[in-house]
Amino acid sequence: MAKGDPGVSTRSRRAAPRSRKATGADPDLVQLLTPEGERIDSVTGPDGTVYRADLTDDEYRSLYRDLVLVRKLDAEATALQRQGELGLWASLLGQEAAQVGSGRALRTQDMAFPTYREHGVLYCRGIDPIMPFGLFRGVDQGGWDPNEFKFNMYTIVIGAQTLHATGYAMGITMDGRMGGDDGEAVIAYFGDGATSQGDVNEAFVWASVFNAPMVFFCQNNQYAISEPLERQTRVPLYQRAAGFGFPGVRVDGNDVLASYAVTRTALDNARHGQGPSLIEAYTYRMGAHTTSDDPTRYRIASEVEAWQAKDPIARMKAFLTKQQIVDADFFAEVDEQARSESLHLRERVLAMPDPQPVTMFDNVYPNGSPLLDEQRAKFNRYMESFEGSAH
Amino acid sequence: MATETLSISKALNIGLRRALENDPKVVIMGEDVGKLGGVFRVTDGLQKDFGDQRVIDTPLAESGIIGTAVGLAIRGYRPVCEIQFDGFVYPAYDQIVSQVAKMHYRSGGKLRIPLVIRIPFGGGIGAVEHHSESPEAYFSHTPGLKVVSCANPQDAYVMIQQAIASDDPIVFLEPKRRYWEKGPVDLDAPIADAYPLHASRVVRPGTDATVLAYGPMVRTCLEAATAAAEDGRELEVIDLRSISPLDLGMVYESVRRTGRAVVVHEAPSNVGVGAEIAARITEECFYSLEAPVLRVTGFDTPYPAARVEEEYLPDLDRVLDAVDRSFGW
Repeated sequence: MAKGDPGVSTRSRRAAPRSRKATGADPDLVQLLTPEGERIDSVTGPDGTVYRADLTDDEYRSLYRDLVLVRKLDAEATALQRQGELGLWASLLGQEAAQVGSGRALRTQDMAFPTYREHGVLYCRGIDPIMPFGLFRGVDQGGWDPNEFKFNMYTIVIGAQTLHATGYAMGITMDGRMGGDDGEAVIAYFGDGATSQGDVNEAFVWASVFNAPMVFFCQNNQYAISEPLERQTRVPLYQRAAGFGFPGVRVDGNDVLASYAVTRTALDNARHGQGPSLIEAYTYRMGAHTTSDDPTRYRIASEVEAWQAKDPIARMKAFLTKQQIVDADFFAEVDEQARSESLHLRERVLAMPDPQPVTMFDNVYPNGSPLLDEQRAKFNRYMESFEGSAH
Repeated sequence: MATETLSISKALNIGLRRALENDPKVVIMGEDVGKLGGVFRVTDGLQKDFGDQRVIDTPLAESGIIGTAVGLAIRGYRPVCEIQFDGFVYPAYDQIVSQVAKMHYRSGGKLRIPLVIRIPFGGGIGAVEHHSESPEAYFSHTPGLKVVSCANPQDAYVMIQQAIASDDPIVFLEPKRRYWEKGPVDLDAPIADAYPLHASRVVRPGTDATVLAYGPMVRTCLEAATAAAEDGRELEVIDLRSISPLDLGMVYESVRRTGRAVVVHEAPSNVGVGAEIAARITEECFYSLEAPVLRVTGFDTPYPAARVEEEYLPDLDRVLDAVDRSFGW
C-alpha cells in the first residue's frame, strides 16, 4: 500500500481499543477517535454497518501529516488574502479531518465534485495545492480539467455540483464501470446550507431512482455564512436520506479515522452497485465563512471554544503520542515540512502572472463565435490606440 | 435521393434517430420522452429502439435534467435534453446560465459541455399559461450559449443533428405551432455538407424591404411577402436560424439594397432580440436606411389568455402594417 493511501488490509494491534454501538450522549455519531485521542476499535452505525479503521502505523502518521499540512497551507492562503495577494479565501479551518478522511478514502478511479472549500480533499487527491489559487487570486476562473485530476472544478453556486456528480455517476453505470473493487464511484461534497437547495434535493431523487454509484458527503459545519443549522433543518441532516430511499449516517467530522472508515465503506458500497448514501460529517467551521466574513457578529466565543476542544489535529496528535507510534522528532519534522511547503506555495502564488486582458475573449465557445472575434478585434484596436501601448 | 414529405416533428424525430445511431455517446433525456415519445411525439419510438439508458425518462425536475446532463457531459456523453415547454425551463435556469454556459470558459477551454437543450417554444396553440412563451432573449443574452431555431422540416432534420454534433452548448428552439406542418426533407444529403448551423438564409428574395424572422414567424413573414407581392411590393425574407450568434452579413447586404428592415418575433419587444438586430443594422447600414428598423413583436405583457393570443401574436397584417409604416416614413 502506497504511503499516504491508508487502507484497511494491514493492521496495527498495539492497543486493545474498545468496541461499541453508536449509543449514549451522541447516539447517532460514528466516532473512532475520541477528542482525548482514544481509539475505538469498531462502531456500529444506525443501519447495522460496522465501521472500523485499524490502520498501520505508517497510515496513522500519514493521516496526521495530511491534517497538519492542509491546515498550514490553508493558513498561508488566509495570510496571503490579508496581504492583498488573494481576492478571497474560503478557509477549511476545523474541517481538516472530514476532508482528509474522506479524501484519503477515495480510490484512484473515483471522481470528486467539490464545493469551493475542499482544499484538503484536493491535496489528498495528489493535486498540486496551487491549483485553486488562480481562482482566488483572480487570474483565472478555476481552470483545470476535471477528468485529468478526477476532481471537478470548484463550484461556487451552492449545491449545483451535486447534480453534476449524480449525472457523472449515472454515466459510470451506463459505461458498465460499476461493480467489483475496480468499479468507479463518485463523491459529491456540499455543506449544511446546501441541503436547503433544490438542486441537492433533486440530486437525491436522481441518485436514488437511478441507483447512482455515489456518496453525498455533507460537511455540516453548523453555519451557512451567518445562518445556523436550525435555519436549514429541523431533523438531523443524515436522516433526510431515509426519505429519499438510501442510507444516511452521521460521522464525527473532526475524527479523521471515522471520516475515513465511513466514507470508504460508502464508496465501496456504491462501486459494488449498492447505490447512493449520505454522510453527514458533523464538524465546525472554526474560522470565518470566507475572508470577507466576520463571525463574531453571529456566534459567541464559548461555542467556538467548545469546538476547539474537539480539534481534529490535537486528538490525532494525542493518539499518536499515547500509542507511542511516533518518535521524538516526528511532530517537529511534520511542522517543518508544513512550513517549507507553505513557503513554497507562497512563492509560487506571488509569482502567478496576471493574464493579458485580451485573453478574456478566449474559450467562451469551443467553436468560437464571430461576434466575439469582432469584439476581440475592436478591443485590440482600442488598446493599440493608446500611445506606447504594448499591444 | 430520398426526399420525403415530413412534418417538423417527424423530421426532428428522424434527425434524433440518426444522431443516436451515429454516436453511442448521444443520450436523450427529459420528461415523458420514453414510452410516450414526448408530449409532441418528437422522440416517438426512440426508447423502444435504443433502450432506456439512451432515451431516459427523468424525474420531473428541470434543474435535475440539465444538472445531471452536465455531469454526463463531463463523463464524455452528448446529452440532448428535452424541456417539455418553454415556460418550464426556468427551474433549470441556473444550471443553464451558470453551469452549462460557463464551464468551458471556467476550465480555460479544457472541458467541453456539448449539450443540446431542446425547447418547444412560442404560442398559437390555444394553450394554458406557461405553454406559449418565447424565452430566446434570456439565453441569447448569455455568453457561452448558442441559440438556434428551425422553421421548416428540412432545417429541423439537419439542424438538430448539427447541434448535437457541435461541441458548443446549444439551446434548440422548436416552433411548437409549426410541428405538424409538412415539407420536403432530403434524408440522404450528408450532414457534413449541409448549410451551416449558425448562418441565416434568404428564403424569399425581394427588392423593396427586408423582413427578418426565425422559428414560427418565418412562415408568417413568407405569407406576408406573398400578400405584399399582390400589391406590387417585393419583400426579401431572411430566416435568421441562429439567434445567438446572429449571422447578419447577408442581412446588411440586403438592407443596403432595400433600405428598409422589419424584424419579427413572438417574444416581447422590450430589450429583446429585435432590439439587438435593429441596433446592429443601424450601426452597419446607417447611410442606406430609408426608415428606422421597425419591430413587430408580441406585447410587453405576460403571454395572454389563449382567446386573445391571435391579437397578441404578430400576423400577416401586422407585418404588412409595419412594412407600410416603413414606406411611409
